[in-house]
Amino acid sequence: MNVLNFVNAFFSDSAHWQGYDGIPARLGEHVRYTLEALALAAAIGLPVGLVTGHYGRGGNALSLVATAGRALPSFGLLVLMTTLLGFGMLPVMIPLVVLAVPPILVTTYEAMRSVDPSPVDAARGMGMHESRILFQVELPVALPLILSGLRSAAIQIVSTATIAAYVSLGGLGRYIVDGLYQRNYEKVVGGATLVAVLALVTLALFWAAARAAVSPGVRRS
Amino acid sequence: MIRIDSVTKRYPDGTVAVDRLSLEIPDRSITVLVGPSGCGKTTTLRMINRMVEPSEGTILLDGEDIQRQPVTTLRRSMGYVIQNAGLFQHRTIVDNIATVPRMLGWGKQKARARAAELMERVGLDAALAKRYPYQLSGGQQQRVGVARALAADPPVLLMDEPFSAVDPVVRKGLQDELLRIQDELGKTIVFVTHDIDEAIKLGTMVAVMRTGGHLAQYAPPAELLSGPADAFVEDFLGGDRGIRRLSFFPSARLELTSDPVIPLDATAEQIAAPDAPYLLVTDADGRPLGWSAPRDLVAGDIRPERLLSHGRPFVPGTDSLRVALDCAVLSPTGWAVAVDTGGRVTGVVSQATIGEAIRSAHAAGRDDEKVAG
Ligand SMILES: Nc1ncnc2c1ncn2[C@@H]1O[C@H](COP(=O)(O)OP(=O)(O)OP(=O)(O)O)[C@@H](O)[C@H]1O
Ligand SMILES: [Mg+2]
Repeated sequence: MNVLNFVNAFFSDSAHWQGYDGIPARLGEHVRYTLEALALAAAIGLPVGLVTGHYGRGGNALSLVATAGRALPSFGLLVLMTTLLGFGMLPVMIPLVVLAVPPILVTTYEAMRSVDPSPVDAARGMGMHESRILFQVELPVALPLILSGLRSAAIQIVSTATIAAYVSLGGLGRYIVDGLYQRNYEKVVGGATLVAVLALVTLALFWAAARAAVSPGVRRS
Repeated sequence: MIRIDSVTKRYPDGTVAVDRLSLEIPDRSITVLVGPSGCGKTTTLRMINRMVEPSEGTILLDGEDIQRQPVTTLRRSMGYVIQNAGLFQHRTIVDNIATVPRMLGWGKQKARARAAELMERVGLDAALAKRYPYQLSGGQQQRVGVARALAADPPVLLMDEPFSAVDPVVRKGLQDELLRIQDELGKTIVFVTHDIDEAIKLGTMVAVMRTGGHLAQYAPPAELLSGPADAFVEDFLGGDRGIRRLSFFPSARLELTSDPVIPLDATAEQIAAPDAPYLLVTDADGRPLGWSAPRDLVAGDIRPERLLSHGRPFVPGTDSLRVALDCAVLSPTGWAVAVDTGGRVTGVVSQATIGEAIRSAHAAGRDDEKVAG
């Protein structure tokens, strides 16, 4: 039996499309974890990246934090958090957020730093307030890079959110963990396929978001 | 009037960029700051809109210290144009120009209408309104920069090497455009350049600065050319300042002669009559066709294609002595052709006569200086 047969068998089994362990339910849980973790990471990474990037200070401290964040293994962190905090949503969210903050923070900072300084100088010279310079002069130009940071964070969360299943939460990881436990490889492969598809959908969504939000003057098309 | 009063700028690293500079910038005229790289021109300009704060001294705008009003209010009363235009690449041309009016709370329609008006004023085709900056040439971008600075009709315009990144032909166009706009609007313009020719062309007053942020000389361009204050200024003006000074003398008083001017259908007597080595032949409308020695001309059979080129003519009312001299120098016969604005010949003038005019103009200039001194 090859992988394609597994995939076919998994998706054609109507039992996999219903109930609390059905694909729609697991997919919904996975998307929810991803959105929550991404929102939290963005709420931390974006403002800090924007402000430090605008003022051009704190770049060193920032890359230190980012490196440290990247060095932490998500699974280890999950185990540690669960030991400390018990089972629940929080011990899962922490490693996902820790995973997602560095790419958001670092790319946002870099994106702001790479904005051409002369429009900023011109804006300041015409009496524009600093906050307006940040949001109306720098941000629109930095947006493509910032979105790419959010995109890689989102992809990483999508694939890493499978760990939630290890601490008895849902999501697509359920199929992988349970499948391995039950030696049901059809389930394992099906789960992994769903994760990959979700990652591709995420890519497509970010592509569409960039089309919609980035000015044609910045996109140059 | 902007009055810079004994201003010094010391940067945190100890560099003294401007050293006890005092300057009175007259209203409704172009004042040019010129000097070699690093002499403190940009620093001086940026102290006027407080992008740089002086270490010592004060700057007064209409008698009031610029420190006394909020910095954003001050900046909104001064248009600011920088070298690479600094356009907002995510905004269309019309929205770039409408930036300050929008900031001042104008409605979108009114601001855009104003922007469209300014595009016309700076010579930009209305079809460019919806484009983005990357779709414009460097010269067009620079025009947008000027339009954006003028959008809220500020009384003062600060310009930092606005035309230095474009090629010479485009630069000349932009300079002419600025002079025309200035004629119409009468702004108080402070203009920074390192190009002395640009300074002389544009400036009502020219401040020559030298490294270390010192003022070497502050004078109208003609005065600068006739009497450089010291060796540095003289050197900075370059080797041909005598010729360039001729730009400030009109050619209107040149004595023209129309004796050697004959029509295409001239008779043998008309060809023989003038006592001149060359004759200028004109067409039926009086436009110049070319030069010829009288002995090469046959009455009734003058062939325009056989004539020597008449070169570029000058217009006595509008062109300077420099242009007239240039025409004479470039003419194969050594005579310059004068035409009216319709291109019809009003007379010709020899290099010798132009030389006379130059000598008497210089003499008159010296007398003026004596009176002034
Ligand atoms: N932010 C700064 N910190 C320290 N020194 C500075 C700073 N800005 C300018 N300087 C120095 O001050 C001096 C004057 O600089 P400024 O930019 O005013 O010169 P400039 O006449 O405009 O030169 P250029 O023609 O090259 O533009 C230079 O020696 C420059 O290195
Ligand atoms: Mg400069």
